[in-house]
Amino acid sequence: MTTHTALAIEASGLVKTFGEERAVDGVDLAVPAGSIYGVLGPNGAGKTTTIRMLATLIQPDAGSARVLGHDIVTEADAVREAVSLTGQLASVDEDLTGRENLVLLGRLLGYSRGAARERADELLDAFDIAEAAGRLVKHYSGGMRRRLDIAASIVVTPRLMFLDEPTTGLDPRSRNQVWEIVRALVAEGTTILLCTQYLEEADQLANGIAVIDRGRVIAEGTPGHLKASVGTGSLHVRLLDPARRAEAAGILERTVGTVVLEPEPSALSATGADAERAAIGVAELARAGVPLADFSLQQPSLDEVFLALTGHAAEEAAAAEPSPSADTLQEHAS
Amino acid sequence: MTATTRAPGSADTAAVRRAISSTPRPARPGPLSAALTFGWRGMLKVKHVPEQLLDVTVTPVMFLLMFTYLFGGAIAGSTSAYLDYTLPGLLVMSVLFTTVYSGVGLNTDLTKGVVDRFRSLPIWRPAPLLGSLLGDSVRYVVAGTVIIVVGVALGFRPDGGFPGAVAALALVVVFSFGLSWVFSVLGLLMRTPNAVMNAGFMAIFPLTFLSNVFVDPATLPGPLEAFVDVNPISILATASRSLMAGDPDGGAILVSLAVAAALAAVFLPLTTRLYRSR
Repeated sequence: MTTHTALAIEASGLVKTFGEERAVDGVDLAVPAGSIYGVLGPNGAGKTTTIRMLATLIQPDAGSARVLGHDIVTEADAVREAVSLTGQLASVDEDLTGRENLVLLGRLLGYSRGAARERADELLDAFDIAEAAGRLVKHYSGGMRRRLDIAASIVVTPRLMFLDEPTTGLDPRSRNQVWEIVRALVAEGTTILLCTQYLEEADQLANGIAVIDRGRVIAEGTPGHLKASVGTGSLHVRLLDPARRAEAAGILERTVGTVVLEPEPSALSATGADAERAAIGVAELARAGVPLADFSLQQPSLDEVFLALTGHAAEEAAAAEPSPSADTLQEHAS
Repeated sequence: MTATTRAPGSADTAAVRRAISSTPRPARPGPLSAALTFGWRGMLKVKHVPEQLLDVTVTPVMFLLMFTYLFGGAIAGSTSAYLDYTLPGLLVMSVLFTTVYSGVGLNTDLTKGVVDRFRSLPIWRPAPLLGSLLGDSVRYVVAGTVIIVVGVALGFRPDGGFPGAVAALALVVVFSFGLSWVFSVLGLLMRTPNAVMNAGFMAIFPLTFLSNVFVDPATLPGPLEAFVDVNPISILATASRSLMAGDPDGGAILVSLAVAAALAAVFLPLTTRLYRSR
């Protein structure tokens, strides 16, 4: 046992510049072994570049990192032995069939021809791609392709897996399938570094989260911790009778928190609502005889997390100028 | 989100867990085994995307027919005499055109992200590059064979016979190994597969025409003749011609091999370096 066994990834001060742009600007990470660790951030925040460094695809310009106890620069081969990578674009060969992709990787990992075929068939069955095994990957659906991509990453079960935006662009059903697979992987002992743009995904899967913005980690903690630091979310209420909105607003203002009247004339929401206060608020509305069409307690979105942490919205984070405007109450992903 | 029932995933979780836990890691493959596996990948691509092969073989066959029957009589007095002159050169053209696809294929891999997966594997680093060369060599041989077979069908009967034709094909394929690294570098530097294709043909097309593949350079204006005489493609075509005629021109063969070696010596290390840093 070395001193590194508790941490699967230890990175300090990682920097990568492309020309003028500092894509990664001093990232520190401490990822405990056996967990799912989420790296949350908008497009262009430096997530993928960080993963590419940790997976030994590119070398950092400054800083250092150890993956499963091995230095990513001086012991790159040892790192490669233990990790696998699932890319943002499904990194499988489109001009080959699903089975050929898996056999190819099996052979490259050292299986004999027969063992590689056997392993490929086992994975195709488990990931529900057996019927499409003989089709070229370019004809696969998005979900199928992503499953093949993950299957390709576990031809030999890695000790650490980099999952870069595994559900971007998937429909909810395919997304759930991918989540199930990810949970199964962790249950079998693989550590996962999950990059995502979705707070919900990180919340569903990750034990710890680092929020990354403009190449830096700007917040770190458990999903609950993070949400608590952002605010607890908001209570959304829709009334049967729009005429009583002012009355309802008064009640919620008193019992929950700041009330925002929404564009729809029967809807309003109260921010700063935890479950208990929301329950009281709804109960007070009922007691006052204000009939409700529906109500919901919503978690803060990534936008709100970003607004709270950085003073600018997630979508704008990749752009040059921060603009701490309030127009982040647009439609949320969830 | 207030989902109380979860959509059943069709991936069977128990089977997934079994598949995950049942993997003893095999020993790393040796460099040769890894390269051969990439060679197999190259063959599979030829199998699945035969259109690529079609592109490069159809053009030279078209040239063969056009030049022989349109210009053959005017250039060489008769179509059969011209066929004897131009076919060994068209063999060179046909195979060299195919080398552009080495760069196109490499660039396609890069844009698809599949290279990232290969590079994250604990394998001998140049294995993907050398392996794709193996796949490419199949394409070279097919492209060369097609043009020879079409030539024979049209009445081409070289004095060197079958061994001469095989020797000429072998020489051209070896030369192509050297040249393909130039296009691999191009494939690593350019942004899209199409750009590689355009740039590649922009280079190889005029070089092929400004050679002795189609016409005897003695008929050209002085400065042009001087260029055509030193164009490596002319020298390779001369070597190919001599082998097919059963009268090997040792000098031309040696120069062809030396040029191939020089191209590989410069562009192979450049390719591996660029590949590593991409």
